[in-house]
Order: sequence, then C-alpha cells, then structure tokens
Amino acid sequence: MNLLAIDTSTEACSAALWVDGRILERFEVAPRKHAELLLPMIDELLLEAELPRSALDAIVFGRGPGSFTGVRLAASVAQGLAFGLGIPVIPLSSLAALAQAEADEHPGLPIAAMIDARMGEIYLGLYKPDAEGLVVALNAERVLPPEQVQLGTEAQWRAVGSGWQTYGKALSGELGSRLQGQPQPRYPRAAALLKLAQREARSSRWQTPEHAQPLYLRDKVALTVSERLEQRRLAAVG
Amino acid sequence: MATPNLTTLGIETSCDETGLALYNTERGLLGHALFSQIDIHAAYGGVVPEIASRDHLRKLLPLLQEVLDQAGMQRSDIDAVAYTAGPGLVGALLVGACLGQSLAFALQRPALGVHHLEGHLLAPLLEADPPQPPFVALLVSGGHTQLIAVRALGDYELLGDTLDDATGEAFDKCAQLMGLPYPGGPALARLAEEGDPTAFKLARPMLDRPGLDFSFSGLKTQVALAWRDSAQDDRSRRDLAASFQAAVVETLVEKCRRAWTQTGFSTLVVAGGVGANRRLRADLRELASRDGVQVHYPRPEFCTDNGAMIAVAGALRLAGGESSGPAISVRPRWPLAELTRIAEGSGLRAQGPEELDSARS
Repeated sequence: MNLLAIDTSTEACSAALWVDGRILERFEVAPRKHAELLLPMIDELLLEAELPRSALDAIVFGRGPGSFTGVRLAASVAQGLAFGLGIPVIPLSSLAALAQAEADEHPGLPIAAMIDARMGEIYLGLYKPDAEGLVVALNAERVLPPEQVQLGTEAQWRAVGSGWQTYGKALSGELGSRLQGQPQPRYPRAAALLKLAQREARSSRWQTPEHAQPLYLRDKVALTVSERLEQRRLAAVG
Repeated sequence: MATPNLTTLGIETSCDETGLALYNTERGLLGHALFSQIDIHAAYGGVVPEIASRDHLRKLLPLLQEVLDQAGMQRSDIDAVAYTAGPGLVGALLVGACLGQSLAFALQRPALGVHHLEGHLLAPLLEADPPQPPFVALLVSGGHTQLIAVRALGDYELLGDTLDDATGEAFDKCAQLMGLPYPGGPALARLAEEGDPTAFKLARPMLDRPGLDFSFSGLKTQVALAWRDSAQDDRSRRDLAASFQAAVVETLVEKCRRAWTQTGFSTLVVAGGVGANRRLRADLRELASRDGVQVHYPRPEFCTDNGAMIAVAGALRLAGGESSGPAISVRPRWPLAELTRIAEGSGLRAQGPEELDSARS
C-alpha cells in the first residue's frame, strides 16, 4: 500500500509518503507559502522514494478544522491529484493529527488538541489512544471560546496545539490542575495523518475525489441583508 | 510550426462563477459547463468571497466530469490544463489554481495560469469568423470597464479604465437604490427598454474631457437624487432606468469611437457581461458602420465568465511552449500590460457553430 498525505491546515505545510511501511516526510513552517511549496514537496518525495505517481493507492489530507484557506488548499490539491490518478481520498481531522503526534511521544494519556480559531475561539478535539496507540475521537470536534472547554472524566490530560499558546490563561481554569507536563507547541503534520490513515484504509473508509471537502466548523461567515438590517434596527433601539 | 492537436482543460474560478471547458486546437470546443453562484450570494447583497471559495470546491469535479462526458473523453485525454490565475478574489482563484495545477501534476501534463481578462479578450476566437489583431477591445462587466488596444495576441495596451465603479456595478447599484433585488443590473436594463430615456436629465460622465477613462460614481449619485425626488412609482422607475442606461451607453459608445479613431484600428471586440446589453449593441452597430468599423461579440454565454475562454487563451500560450508550476501561485492583482506576446505559430483554426454542434452530438 502506497499513500500520500498532505496537511496545510495551520502555519505548517507538510507532505508525507507511506511506501510499504516506510514514511518519508517534508515539513516546513512557512505561513502563506503553502501553495508554492506543496506540489514541489510531493515531487521531491516521489523522486526520493523512486515511486511513480501511478503507484499511489490513495490521497490522505488534513480536512481541518484550521485556516479556511489552508484546509481548502489541501482539499483542492487532494481533489486534483486523486481525480487525475483515478484513486480515492481519505479525509482526516487535523486535530487528530495533532493528537497522534502527541500520543506517539506520551503514550497512554487522553489528549486535548486545540488550534487557535481566531475571533476569541479555539477548535477543540478530545482524543484517547487505542490498543495500537492510534488516537480515537472522544466526541465531535467543536469551535468554542476557551472558557467553555470541558475535558472528559479522565483525571490526567495532555494538551497540544496553538490553542494553548494563545489562550493558555483562559484555559487554565479547566485544564490547570489536570494537565500532565507542559503543553507542546506543535502543528498537525502529514506523517501523523499517514499513521491514522492505516486504520481507515484497513476498513476501506475512503471516498471518491469530489468528497475531498474541508471541515470548517464555522459555517456562518457573513450576515445576509436582512440580518444586517435587523442588527441596525436593534442598535438604533438599544 | 504546425498547430499541435492539443486538448486543453480550462478552469475559471475568479469570482462567483465556476466554469470548465475542453478545447481542442483542431476540433474546437468539445464541451463546457458553468455553475453560477448568483442565487447563493443574493441574500447577502453581493459576492461573499469565503462563500464563493467554498462553493467552487464543491462544484469543480462534478463539472469536470460533466465536460469530459460531453466530449466523450477520459481524464487521460486531457493534454494540458489552463486555469485562471488572476485577477480576481484570492481565495476563489486559489481553489481553481490548486485543482488545475495538481490535476496536471497527476496526469504529468503541462499547466498554465491564465489572465482572466486575456480570456475575455480572446473569447471571440471561439466564434466563426474570429477577429484578427490588431483590434480595440471594450471589456465591460460587473468588475471591469476598460478599453484595450490588442496589437497582437498577448500584446495589450490599456487605453482607458474606470476611475471608480465598473459599468455592471453601476447598473447593480442603481437597480438596488430603485428597489430591485440583487443583482439588479439585468432587470434594470429590461425596465429601461420600456422607459423614456429623455425623462430625466443626467450628465454624460467624462465626455466633456479628452481621454478614454470612465467614471460612473457621479452618475450613480445623480440617479439616487433623481429617484429621491421622483414619484418612486413604476413609471419613474422605468424612465429613470432608461435615462441612466442612455447616459451609460452614450459614454461607452463615444469612448469606443475615440479609441478606434486614436488607434486607427478598424475592428472592435466587445467582451464582458454588459456586452449583452441590447441598447449598447444597437448604438455601437450604428456608429461603427458609419465609421467602417467591424464589431465582434462572443456569443452571450461567453460574454460572462466561463471556462471556454480560459481554455482558448491557455491553449494558445501552452502551444507556444509556456507553462507554470508545480509551485502554485495566483495574482489577485495582475496588470494586463505585463503579459507577453504569444509565440508565433500557435494560432488556432477558426471554428464555426456547425462544427461545435457536431462535436457535441
């Protein structure tokens, strides 16, 4: 089985190849340069592995949540590659990728993965490693203010991602006493997606290329004309 | 150099229309499909860039499959991919550029980022009896109002531009202040046909001074004041629409006349959505025939944004050996004058509508 994974959901841009059990990866923290970097990274990896494009079996991509432009970039490149090669896609959570990298270093503990969502909110996903050490989501990912974060019943947690870096103080009420170790500044990366993709591939959880769509979580992005009028009316009244 | 037999996929996602097309250098247009997001943005009173980007990503592959089916082709029959790289909304451009460039990467075919306005300028090449450079082009749409000297394919000089609103934008805004739903431009033009164009006295912007630039914001203010002081009934709406349209059309037509006089070119190409305006077409026809100038229009569906014009412009440049990538880049702002002349010998064969029909059936 040969898989290509990409993630551009945060400031980091990464691509990784799974070639018969071996992982090769390119990773760079390069804000606003993902479009420029991504295909050349993939090209380099294929050359290094001496793998023809046609030998790829599926495209794995970080479908978010994260930067809207970033997750769309990964999804549109996944669509183009998968359609062009006639192979399926495996959309995976960028929060799960964060949690997986953390679980690899600190096995056993449940993990709160948090990405800064701007506008005073974070994207949150709670995970627990299974018997194989692959993380499993404890609930659906959410976007919420850091003050509203609630962990599960487990006593000890690890935390990871830019959400902690930005909102550590607001999060300390819920997390403070239950955190084990200092949260790591970490980005989702393609190599972690590849690990998780093994489980998906085994259970044939892949999809046709047009289903390579982002998970934005934030779906209200603008006010309609009538909502703007209503807001103005309320402002005038209030 | 012989014209290579090349099938180019064209992808357009610069604003609120997702357009795909397949164009073959010998057989012409093999298929095209378009999804317009107008209804999606209507509730917001204008294009919301984030919503536009999201929708492009949902529509691209289904439309790509549709054009392949129309052409009776497989993905492996695509020889090259052309996508709009600018100007336009950055997020929307990125979706088409990423998909186009990575599709070409997977197929191991060349790809090229195309200038959206060059697509509009070369759209008449999709018609029978295409215009030959040099010609003057009037590019008139919701986003642009420009007069361009096309000295050769790829050799463009901007002669005049709008200093504020684009023509289509002025139509939409005037329609909105007269209470027509978004985007009201076409509805305003329909109303204008039943109104009296002399009922309201509106100034002809920029006609009193030399040059080829346009300005429509002052006219818009005049319309707002005239509407405020009118009876605001159906009749004043019709008459004001007609008076506004007459002022706009007279300005456009006179600037076109100045442009063909100044350049000495005897061909005018009208492109962009407002090019479908009936009053504009009638008045241009009259003045052009008096001056011995030939006017070319793309068919109405290729006046507005579409994938076919990107496929044609891309095919010409790809056949001339140009390509881009694998690094993906878009240019939300991209002056047309920065383009370079298209290599000799990459010319396309003219193609009649009959051939198109047989290619499609």
